[in-house]
Amino acid sequence: MNAGDDVLVRVENLVKYFPVRAGGLIRRTVGQVQAVDDVTLTIPRGKTLGLVGETGCGKSTLARCVAGLIPVTSGRVTFDGQDITNWPRRSMRPMRREIQMIFQDPYGSLNPRRRVGSIIGEPFAIHNIASGTERKRRVQELMERVGLNPEHYNRFPAEFSGGQRQRIGVARALALQPKLIICDEPVSALDVSIQAQVLNLLVDLQRDYGLTYLFIAHNLDVVRHVSDSVAVMYLGRICELGPKEPVYGAPRHPYTTALLSAAPAADPDAAASRQRIILVGDVPSPIDPPSGCRFHPRCPKAQPLCSETEPQLEVKAGDAATHVTACHFPVMAGENLAAAGRSELS
Amino acid sequence: MTLLEVTDLTVSFPTADGVVKAVRGASFSVDAGRTLGIVGESGSGKSVLTQTLLGLTPGADISGSAVFEGNDLLRLSENDMRNVRGARIAVIFQDPLTSLHPLYTVGWQVAEMIRAHDKSVSKKEASERAVDLLRRVGIPRPETRVNDYPHQFSGGMRQRVMIAMAVSLSPQMIIADEPTTALDATVQAQILDLLLRLQRESGTALIMITHDLGVVADIADDVMVMYAGRPAEKAAKRDVFYAPHHPYTMGLLESIPSSSAVGDRLRPIPGSPPSLINLPSGCKFHPRCGYVLDRCLLEEPPLRPLGPDAYHRSACWLPVKAVGLSEEAEELRAQMVHKGRGEAAAEVIEAETAGAFGIDGSVAG
Repeated sequence: MNAGDDVLVRVENLVKYFPVRAGGLIRRTVGQVQAVDDVTLTIPRGKTLGLVGETGCGKSTLARCVAGLIPVTSGRVTFDGQDITNWPRRSMRPMRREIQMIFQDPYGSLNPRRRVGSIIGEPFAIHNIASGTERKRRVQELMERVGLNPEHYNRFPAEFSGGQRQRIGVARALALQPKLIICDEPVSALDVSIQAQVLNLLVDLQRDYGLTYLFIAHNLDVVRHVSDSVAVMYLGRICELGPKEPVYGAPRHPYTTALLSAAPAADPDAAASRQRIILVGDVPSPIDPPSGCRFHPRCPKAQPLCSETEPQLEVKAGDAATHVTACHFPVMAGENLAAAGRSELS
Repeated sequence: MTLLEVTDLTVSFPTADGVVKAVRGASFSVDAGRTLGIVGESGSGKSVLTQTLLGLTPGADISGSAVFEGNDLLRLSENDMRNVRGARIAVIFQDPLTSLHPLYTVGWQVAEMIRAHDKSVSKKEASERAVDLLRRVGIPRPETRVNDYPHQFSGGMRQRVMIAMAVSLSPQMIIADEPTTALDATVQAQILDLLLRLQRESGTALIMITHDLGVVADIADDVMVMYAGRPAEKAAKRDVFYAPHHPYTMGLLESIPSSSAVGDRLRPIPGSPPSLINLPSGCKFHPRCGYVLDRCLLEEPPLRPLGPDAYHRSACWLPVKAVGLSEEAEELRAQMVHKGRGEAAAEVIEAETAGAFGIDGSVAG
């Protein structure tokens, strides 16, 4: 990550707050949902950044900010060397060819009344690229590329299975040959056997077209499979970021450790021998996040300092320069957090 | 001790498009105090199967039997079923928000569950028991929380309320239908932990329906893999994970992006599950199977025991030793299948069975 031109996406100190309004006739702002708070990260060209975290941690909001779908409160998003932060709709338009999204729900993200050919061909129509038989030819090429039968050009989404619909979504995202594809939980709604088909497809497409992915998922195994580096989010902030091997193999943030230990592995022996860290309580509200480190009320290692001072993302002793952790008391190799955890019913 | 014995259960729904054969001849049993994990993808019939046991599939054509504590559940009157449901067999569904009534307090709903089955319990006593139950499932400050409404609870806490209701009448069996699917990983870990603890305390049998092999690996004793309405394989947990026989089970395991195979290509099962209205001939898995024999196209294999102990059962025509072929044998077999699927591939497998490639049996001790 030393050469600056290797970076396709650069996010600097990104903040996104949503106002909370109350009152009858006169709506006034009574608070802010701090969905994304001071996030900085980069995605190198041709690589995959995995973004993991639980419901409400802000990962989808972050993705939408990067895609320019919602305005950011402050901070900067740079894409391919250009600062695209809060660009007006008109100038953003050509940029949308470069950044595409694949959504979670293959049922909700395809218009049920339009034929597949027209859904996949829509980007061509919007950007006035190809029309008539040329458009049809290109759509059919795309369908073939993602493993759909081109003869099904005239079918409706309802005639396809969940996995095939997700392939339609992938084909639509590919149509304009984007540089970046943001995948927001692309396989979460699919059965395991189908999920594997779609993951393989995404990996193949990246290899063939040099795509860059921002890959969001709550399934840690899926993220590990596709990503080069991983960012772990908690309550709007990144708590750990780095290449996937150290983040998965030797996590430094207690939340990463807990998250990894909670993910069920399809391996009974591993499940039996694992030290599972059961976190206490629920994720606090992002309207009024805890002081200091946002994870401190649930952290088995919390000290008084954690509730006073917010830890910054920094390289911890012994870690690679690309592996950063926001924790005052990072987890050491071989440390048993499960023993340190408080009993659930105490 | 066998608590529930299901024999040849068939459930189909007549629809305008044709008859949906949701469950086609499922036979299995659940022992007291044990956990049976039922795994399968969407449409494999796993939920319909258990809903039928509780009389929750009105309008379905049902045959077979399901004997629970001496009574056939499928032949109980609506009144008798009401005494079983909730009291003897409790259910936990996937989505606690739609399973809880939004306009009643949580405490009222737990107390109502108790009073519905035992009118001799006073309202006061029932609400005291509700507080105790909420405490038992790990809800903080249960004395005040009983007066809250479901929307005031988080997803994980709501699922705890559902569990409190399920255990309120000390049932013999709990059916949990994807209880953690809607929850985040760390909350899922909390809920699984709670279920296991309650089960240990009271010796309740648990049927855990899930699509997540990780959940099964975590908490099940026995595993039943369903495909297209029938059990494809049933065995003790370790056998299913480490010595699977049915190619569908193997395919499922290979589809998981597990940490052990980072960077490798996943090996998904090709194609997609069949329509339950127009099922393929013979073995319902054959269009997606890499080990097809001629026989598979014609005859549907029964769930048959793989070894002398009869505990590991698989519904597949492959000889016991064929699955888990050596690399040379597998390559040869794949070529044969490619050239015209069938006899030649079977011969490779036969040779394998005869020990030509020296493969170990797939039934683990």
